[in-house]
Amino acid sequence: MSEQYDVIVLGSGPGGYVAAIRCAQLGLKVAIIERENLGGICLNWGCIPTKALLRSAEVLHNMKHAAAYGLAADNIRADLDAVVKRSRGVAKQLNQGVTHLMKKNKITVHMGTGILKGAGKLEVTGDKGTETLTAKHIIVATGARARDLPFAPADGKRVWTYRHAMVPQELPSKLLVIGSGAIGIEFASFYNDMGSQVTVVEMMDRIVPVEDADVSAFLEKALVKQGMTIMTGAGVEKLDVTASGVKAAIKGKDGKVVSSHFSHVIVAVGIVPNTESIGLESLGVKAERGIIAIDDYGRTNVKGLWAIGDVTPGPWLAHKASHEGVIAAESIAKELGNKDVHPHAMNRRNIPGCTYCHPQVASVGLTEAKAKEAGHEVKAGTFPFMGNGKAIALGEPEGFIKTVFDAKTGELLGAHMVGAEVTELIQGYVVGKTLETTEAELMATVFPHPTLSEMMHESVLAAYGRALHI
Amino acid sequence: MPIEIKMPALSPTMEEGTLAKWLVKVGDRVSSGDIMAEIETDKATMEFEAVDEGTIVAITVPEGSEGVKVGAVIATLASDDEEAAPAAPKPAAPVAAPKADPAPAPVAAIAAAPVAAAVPKATSDDRVVASPLAKRMAAELGVDLARIAGTGPNGRIVKADIEAAAGGAVAPTAAAPAVTPSAAATTAPAAPVVSDFGIPYEAEKLNNVRKTIARRLTEAKQTIPHIYLTVDVRLDALLKLRGELNKALEPQGVKLSVNDLMIKALAKALEIVPKCNVSFAGDELRKYTRSDISVAVAAPSGLITPIIVDAGSKSVSQISKEMSALAGKAREGKLQPHEYQGGTASLSNLGMFGIKQFDAVINPPQAMILAVGAGEQRPYVVDGALSVATVMSATGSFDHRAIDGADGAALMQAFKQLVEQPLGLLA
Repeated sequence: MSEQYDVIVLGSGPGGYVAAIRCAQLGLKVAIIERENLGGICLNWGCIPTKALLRSAEVLHNMKHAAAYGLAADNIRADLDAVVKRSRGVAKQLNQGVTHLMKKNKITVHMGTGILKGAGKLEVTGDKGTETLTAKHIIVATGARARDLPFAPADGKRVWTYRHAMVPQELPSKLLVIGSGAIGIEFASFYNDMGSQVTVVEMMDRIVPVEDADVSAFLEKALVKQGMTIMTGAGVEKLDVTASGVKAAIKGKDGKVVSSHFSHVIVAVGIVPNTESIGLESLGVKAERGIIAIDDYGRTNVKGLWAIGDVTPGPWLAHKASHEGVIAAESIAKELGNKDVHPHAMNRRNIPGCTYCHPQVASVGLTEAKAKEAGHEVKAGTFPFMGNGKAIALGEPEGFIKTVFDAKTGELLGAHMVGAEVTELIQGYVVGKTLETTEAELMATVFPHPTLSEMMHESVLAAYGRALHI
Repeated sequence: MPIEIKMPALSPTMEEGTLAKWLVKVGDRVSSGDIMAEIETDKATMEFEAVDEGTIVAITVPEGSEGVKVGAVIATLASDDEEAAPAAPKPAAPVAAPKADPAPAPVAAIAAAPVAAAVPKATSDDRVVASPLAKRMAAELGVDLARIAGTGPNGRIVKADIEAAAGGAVAPTAAAPAVTPSAAATTAPAAPVVSDFGIPYEAEKLNNVRKTIARRLTEAKQTIPHIYLTVDVRLDALLKLRGELNKALEPQGVKLSVNDLMIKALAKALEIVPKCNVSFAGDELRKYTRSDISVAVAAPSGLITPIIVDAGSKSVSQISKEMSALAGKAREGKLQPHEYQGGTASLSNLGMFGIKQFDAVINPPQAMILAVGAGEQRPYVVDGALSVATVMSATGSFDHRAIDGADGAALMQAFKQLVEQPLGLLA
């Protein structure tokens, strides 16, 4: 028996479930297919549970530094099991939230593995057997998984991916983190705060390589100060897993290979899109190295087939996936005759990125180097946390906010932050960029005192040689 | 049933105009073909004819209104059957007068903007919705926001729209020369701030013609590297020929002017030296196969250049007849757009004012203009002996991007020869 829908969404991560909700809001008949947990990696095994872990690490860090605030705390210790339990609890709560949202929006949920079987046709295999669904439009939102190292596939015992790292049975005594992107650095920061001895190996010449070079340099210094070992321009050549740990051969910047022993390894060297074995090849979907090619609205080269999130070109971020989900849903509604929706094209320059290490990193738009590369004459300004009253009151005087403008037009090209709570600040600049602000509107904006956000104002003023508190 | 009369699009690129004068008033009866109003576009004043019959029941745009958007309702007409009824006109469903349907015009004009559907609505609210960045870029690039269709939310003008508009203005390839010569319809020179030093003056508002002249000539001088080539041309033979021709043509009521012969000479010279009958169009050179001469005419509202199409193959008497008709229309501001838009080269003659020699500004997208001075008796060396001859100076201005100096010189030489041995003009 085949059931006919307007839209079927394959995958219920932050891209898929949001696309399904938006389709339902627009009066379309929607089904969503999920093979594991509603909410996908993001809220079950990604963004959300790691934030719960990092919050525990932050509280622990603050407790250890209680004396700096005039407080006394003795016998401080972390209960790793309880920390993990809390994280799982948070994930479960949000998973139930998504279940509720599907029900509320009358979205049919099919638990099982979906495979495309021709245009508008999909076969789902679950506990109850196999059924065929048909739809006018199908959205592929199957996400991505961690990339394995070819010479050392993750075993969950000594060699971990993010997923193992989220539910540790024991605290690694000596941890090697391979890769210093957002995932690698967040786990490095968590385990460092929890008391592990952490080494980060990065192939590029600096950590968090997508960020502004000033941010990378500042973060490296801060993490080293917290006791982390950071090796840039370095690569892991070989991993020998033994019963007691892992022996790693690491080629350093100087070209010398040094062998070191670790209790555990976290592999965070990127992601691979989940685009195999879902029937894409049979439809002739255009893809490059598994990444599906789409237009600015999520259309693939196959009529009626759409793709969003981590199966499409990056950045591979949950909020980018959700936004693409909304755009695709609205574009589909428009194709089906809804004249009241006006989907907008995705602007990749305005997608913020956040890394929840300690100190936090947040950014949007072009780095100073990228802006110059793109041919902009640049005006850049930096304001340090040290010059901000609230930062000092919080006991968080480390970090800065940097803004990059086009010198000719005053266009805000990019903003880069490192320091306490910056992940909550970046959105101010993102709104500004979406509204196509220039420095004039930002300068004319009143920022509340005392807040960390005042630094956002000062950074803009600094770019034009007008900073007040420096 | 009342009929809404809308601001007509009187040329393909017209987006707005000035309602110069109403020739009817409320209560007047009009029938099809009656002239109801005079409407001033950027180039000319045109008469606006009634299409339907009926009685004017309302005039919604008073005369003298500037910047009336194409498609805006300017008056309401009650049709005859309704007229019979004594009742006041009903606020009934709007019906567009078919001829005045303006929809295609603004779309054509903003071809550079990607989304035609988002053309700004002609509402009474003239507020331009644009992002701060778009506003600043528009000011710097000299882009008129009022002429841009925004592609942002609710038609908001965003950076991409300005780039598209400026890109269209920068690359003249976008517009065929037969359409408005100004692909830069969206650019206006920034208004200079002029201080008055306390000197008493009277401010006169610029009319649309003057604004267009200002914009076009600024564009020409700023973007075209001009070179100037001057020759002295002996006129005695041409004047003698003209006298004879006029005597012969008198029964036909044709009186050739020296200028008519200059038009012919320039057109012929362009045929002899086709390298000067071109347009520089960004990444291509347009080589024209016909010489259409734009002739500068001083009209009361300002300079305008009606065109003698294919002047090279027309007889001088034909050119003379056409020219006097066009000049008359120009002085009355009644030229139709097709009569002044286009041309492959221009002729400007200030000889009648006794000007000895001058350098004219090229009329883009054309690549040359010939400036003709006064014919005057000058000492002249003939066969090694000083004598007196009637001589004029002619200066060609050439777009050096498209035309080399030697080719320009060849054109001036051909022109000189045609004027000095004028029988060639009749062949």
